[in-house]
Amino acid sequence: METTVRKKRSISTMLDPAIVLPAIGSAFVKLDPRTLIKNPIMFVLEVVSVLTTIIFVRDVIEGGHDLAFTFQIIVWLWFTVLFANFAEAIAEGRGKAQADALRQQRTETQAKLMSGAGKNFKLVPGTSLAVGDVVLVEAGDTIPSDGEVIEGIASVNESAITGESAPVIRESGGDRSAVTGGTQVLSDWIVVRISAAQGSTFLDRMIRLVEGAERQKTPNEIALNILLAGLTIIFVFATATIPSYAAYAGGTISVVVLVALFVTLIPTTIGALLSAIGIAGMDRLVRFNVLAMSGRAVEAAGDVDTLLLDKTGTITLGNRQATEFLPLTGVSEAELADAAQLSSLADETPEGRSIVVLAKTKYGLRGREVADVKARFIPFTAQSRMSGVETEESSIRKGAVDAVIRYVNSLGAASLSAGSAAQALRPAISTETAREIKAITDAISKSGGTPLAVAKDGKLLGAIHLKDIVKGGIRERFAELRRMGIRTVMITGDNPMTAAAIAAEAGVDDFLAQATPEDKLRLIRDEQAKGKLVAMCGDGTNDAPALAQADVGVAMNTGTVAAREAGNMIDLDSNPTKLIEIVEIGKQLLMTRGALTTFSIANDVAKYFAIIPAMFLAFYPQLQALNVMNLGSPQSAILSAIIFNALIIIALIPLALKGVAYRPIGAGPLLRRNLLIYGLGGVLIPFVGIKAIDIAVNALHLV
Amino acid sequence: MTLVGWAQIALFCAVVIALVKPLGWYMNRVFSGERTFLSPVLRPIENSLYKIAGVNERSEQDWLTYAVSMLIFHIGGFLILYVLLRTQGFLPFNPQGMTAVAPDLSFNTAVSFITNTNWQNYGGETTVSYLTQMLGLTHQNYLSAATGIVVAIALIRGFARASTRNIGNFWVDITRCTLYVLLPICIPLALFLVWDGIPQTLGAYVDATTLEGAKQTIAVGPVASQVAIKMLGTNGGGFFNANAAHPFENPTAFSNFIQMVAIFALGAALTNVFGRMVGNQKQGWAILWVMGVLFIAGVAVCYWAEAAGTTGINDLGLVGGNMEGKEVRFGIPASALFAVITTAASCGAVNAMHDSFTALGGMIPLINMQLGEIIVGGVGAGFYGMLIFIVIAIFVAGLMVGRTPEYVGKKIEAKEVKMAMLAILVLPLMYLGFTAVASVLPSALASIANPGPHGFSEMLYLYTSSTANNGSAFAGITGNTPFYNITGAIAMFVGRFFMIVPALAIAGSMAEKKIVPPSAGTFPTTGGLFVGMVVGVIVIVGGLTFFPALALGPIVEQISMTRNMLF
Repeated sequence: METTVRKKRSISTMLDPAIVLPAIGSAFVKLDPRTLIKNPIMFVLEVVSVLTTIIFVRDVIEGGHDLAFTFQIIVWLWFTVLFANFAEAIAEGRGKAQADALRQQRTETQAKLMSGAGKNFKLVPGTSLAVGDVVLVEAGDTIPSDGEVIEGIASVNESAITGESAPVIRESGGDRSAVTGGTQVLSDWIVVRISAAQGSTFLDRMIRLVEGAERQKTPNEIALNILLAGLTIIFVFATATIPSYAAYAGGTISVVVLVALFVTLIPTTIGALLSAIGIAGMDRLVRFNVLAMSGRAVEAAGDVDTLLLDKTGTITLGNRQATEFLPLTGVSEAELADAAQLSSLADETPEGRSIVVLAKTKYGLRGREVADVKARFIPFTAQSRMSGVETEESSIRKGAVDAVIRYVNSLGAASLSAGSAAQALRPAISTETAREIKAITDAISKSGGTPLAVAKDGKLLGAIHLKDIVKGGIRERFAELRRMGIRTVMITGDNPMTAAAIAAEAGVDDFLAQATPEDKLRLIRDEQAKGKLVAMCGDGTNDAPALAQADVGVAMNTGTVAAREAGNMIDLDSNPTKLIEIVEIGKQLLMTRGALTTFSIANDVAKYFAIIPAMFLAFYPQLQALNVMNLGSPQSAILSAIIFNALIIIALIPLALKGVAYRPIGAGPLLRRNLLIYGLGGVLIPFVGIKAIDIAVNALHLV
Repeated sequence: MTLVGWAQIALFCAVVIALVKPLGWYMNRVFSGERTFLSPVLRPIENSLYKIAGVNERSEQDWLTYAVSMLIFHIGGFLILYVLLRTQGFLPFNPQGMTAVAPDLSFNTAVSFITNTNWQNYGGETTVSYLTQMLGLTHQNYLSAATGIVVAIALIRGFARASTRNIGNFWVDITRCTLYVLLPICIPLALFLVWDGIPQTLGAYVDATTLEGAKQTIAVGPVASQVAIKMLGTNGGGFFNANAAHPFENPTAFSNFIQMVAIFALGAALTNVFGRMVGNQKQGWAILWVMGVLFIAGVAVCYWAEAAGTTGINDLGLVGGNMEGKEVRFGIPASALFAVITTAASCGAVNAMHDSFTALGGMIPLINMQLGEIIVGGVGAGFYGMLIFIVIAIFVAGLMVGRTPEYVGKKIEAKEVKMAMLAILVLPLMYLGFTAVASVLPSALASIANPGPHGFSEMLYLYTSSTANNGSAFAGITGNTPFYNITGAIAMFVGRFFMIVPALAIAGSMAEKKIVPPSAGTFPTTGGLFVGMVVGVIVIVGGLTFFPALALGPIVEQISMTRNMLF
């Protein structure tokens, strides 16, 4: 599994006519006040634009002064609203393009609905399937709806949803049993029990998500909207009181000039871009092949304090290799290797296979066919933490050392239970053996390896050394996370010593060893009780409670239906390392909002210096002293401010879509940096911008 | 500007800072219900008060109950004061035979004193009896100050506590505040003032024969006891009309200095109480720094403007700055410093005519009040006002670190932003709105003594001072008219309670939240970056609200002054 994430489906937006052209159209459609009212600032802006337009029409009919000036102001007011709508439309456009692509995948399919026993089926339209129906899907068929494989194994092409063309294996039982409607079976066959009703399948949800149809305001967005609405009301007071102040001073102020001041003061920049930022944030996740089921989850990702990461596959390479057989005294290496190999025959995990291979290469033990040995295999479970094999001659167990010891002891106890009670309490493993196995396993653990104990017929044979390989570059990622203020906790089924060695090698902050799903859930609850937000990823059904409990639960697309239902995000690439990127995207989303809000408010300083002197100059010529930008005339000053106010929206659309770059340099330096750029920059840039526009306005004789 | 002048300012700052820790330590103990060295004496009194009032000391209140208790308490206070003012003619301790105060003036005065504004549309020595001064005005001086402090404490508790609905018991807090904090400081302070020359008597006014042989009536009364709490409780209501410029209210430069320290002492110490309660005193110091930066900036501008004088006077060869309306025994630095202190805090006592300040010098007090008096501020009121601004500042800029903004471990979310915005909104609504009404109402305009921008500043100052519960007057305007009495009272009422109730609501919602432990991703709120950011947000967000009004008042006047145009 690679640590870097491919950026798929990236669409260069601002230059793509397929997105820009429809966006221009929908900018006008969005003028409908019923849609605009969701954005209070833009709604207010539209109201005053309508108002000034009416006044202008009246003036045209009755014959007023400065009609050309008024007209230009009004035009720019409408442009401001349109630019805001355009920004939102562009952001949505990217999702729409993707949704269209997805819709093409959702072709009408025929389903092989199974009835009765055997492989009898009748063909029905895919749309008629109900939850609980059982269908057969054979090579070449498209899976008609979401479901769970209950029989069979098949390779499936999931490129329709993941964009990844390499086929994946889907099989009954275990953690790879979920299949998605719209994907295609390439080879073999599977029997699928339908788990989603029509219209609420994964693909349907995905289309709705990327389209933004289900978009709800996130908590921060709501708070920010309140703040912006509050500021708008303050500016209503600040501007609405001006006419009577002016009357006191013996002057008058025209409505259009007041409106111009009001519009430049209210935070139109952030108001215009706020929803685009939110949509773009979701979209950024989608392009990372992560589906967030709610905006709240994306935002929570930015707030995450603790990251729970499974060791295997995330921190270490998925496949541990057996490197050594370490027998106890009195047991030959060959005997141990034989037992280990036998117990691993049915074990399809890379570890299991590596044991078989090691036994073969080192001791020439040929891998036997499972059928030959007439064995019954005991699968590994998270509870027993052992797997094994029962043959006619013997019973072998292989697994976590403490689990195997407990098993051996319980066997001993069981066999002795007929005897005296005192004997029953005596462990089946002598103290010397216990000491020896401990020495062996400790040595393996300390080197960061995982010991697997092997027992045969109630007798402990020795241990297998499984070597864990920490992923390259992961240490740096954790250091980065630490600088972000995020604590990483490695979750592993390993014993504490192995866990500690790997934790140290990988550089995680903490680890949870010998973790059961219950431990995981408890850890999350403990962290949350301390006020922390927890993110984790998981794929198995037993991860589901923890995924549901975590503030950000990322379910792997390869995971079970239960896991996918429990998480609030789904990673289509099934790459657990991606949690780190998800956190970054969440942070970026919040930062972009904060940066543009700060910028928007800071802009007002310059606008005041442009408009206030211009407004009052007629009756207080002294106020020319406040015209620090030395703008050409009162009218050009006002017009320049309003043009700047409109153009800055367009200029900032790329930033809103791309997001402010996140750097893991700690909160203090990050804030200093952003305050300098967006705070101080926000104060200074409009001085330059308005002056430049004023020069142009005067050069073109617009007023 | 002189070295001695700056030395006075520096000494003042040093004394205030030195008092922050001991007072903060003491107040923290008082409001945490711990024993203090005064407990042996005060504890029995406290207990008997609870017994009489039927208050269970141990039961705490949620924010709404706390707010309702506070409001009921104020309705009672208002009624007592109003009735006193209306009936003082029939009541004892009235050697000068003062008659009933007019209804609109009584209304204005009663609202003024329960809101800690102490706006005075009356002259103390010509309008109210000793009984009214003591039982009505001084009484409310204590209780309105205590209210400010306990609301601040309740808000601090909201930040300090976690996962609870309770923010304290209003009745217990107000009792403890008055008994353990205000009285023990005011008694020695009053004695000091008596020693320094302030009268404290129930006797009638004294007649004196001047050198020219004319007869002059010298007003006296129980002055010292009222002045002590007037300063410490940032009330500012003068016993006499001339307030702290009157030699019997502020006889010497020393008394002036002590009174200035008294204005800031409790407000500044509350930052330390905050730090102690949230478990990191640095948090408190950071807030004090924010206040300090804004304060020093204000003092510097005001002192400079007054010391520089006006172009017209300087052209005549008269150097030495603008001494018009200032007391010679205080001089320019102590007058400018006092003006900034009294408006930074919501005291409103004045030792010089703010109306006679230069336009720029007079603008600083105006700005201080328009920012909501958060620079140290009224006892308690300044602190909760500042916390409200911090909530906004952290919310705006805190997002830029890529996390839901947090302050001392509490996430700032929609509800807090809503309440903070509500509190910030009402201030401009009141002072800008009423000024707008007054500037076009002929009857209101008739009260103005000076035309032009200066008259505008007078109106703006009146409503700003009322809304911000300051109570200092720019003067030059006849405030005792039904219009100003009633609109002023509304502004005072809204400015006080539309701030307190949202502050308590924030306290309630904060208390319910968990405390998020700080990490490297948490925006640090103890350093210079935080101070700079909060100052920036206060100046920009605050400044944006009133810049147009200031442009038409003091700014245009100042520019005109440099061109020898006076109003």
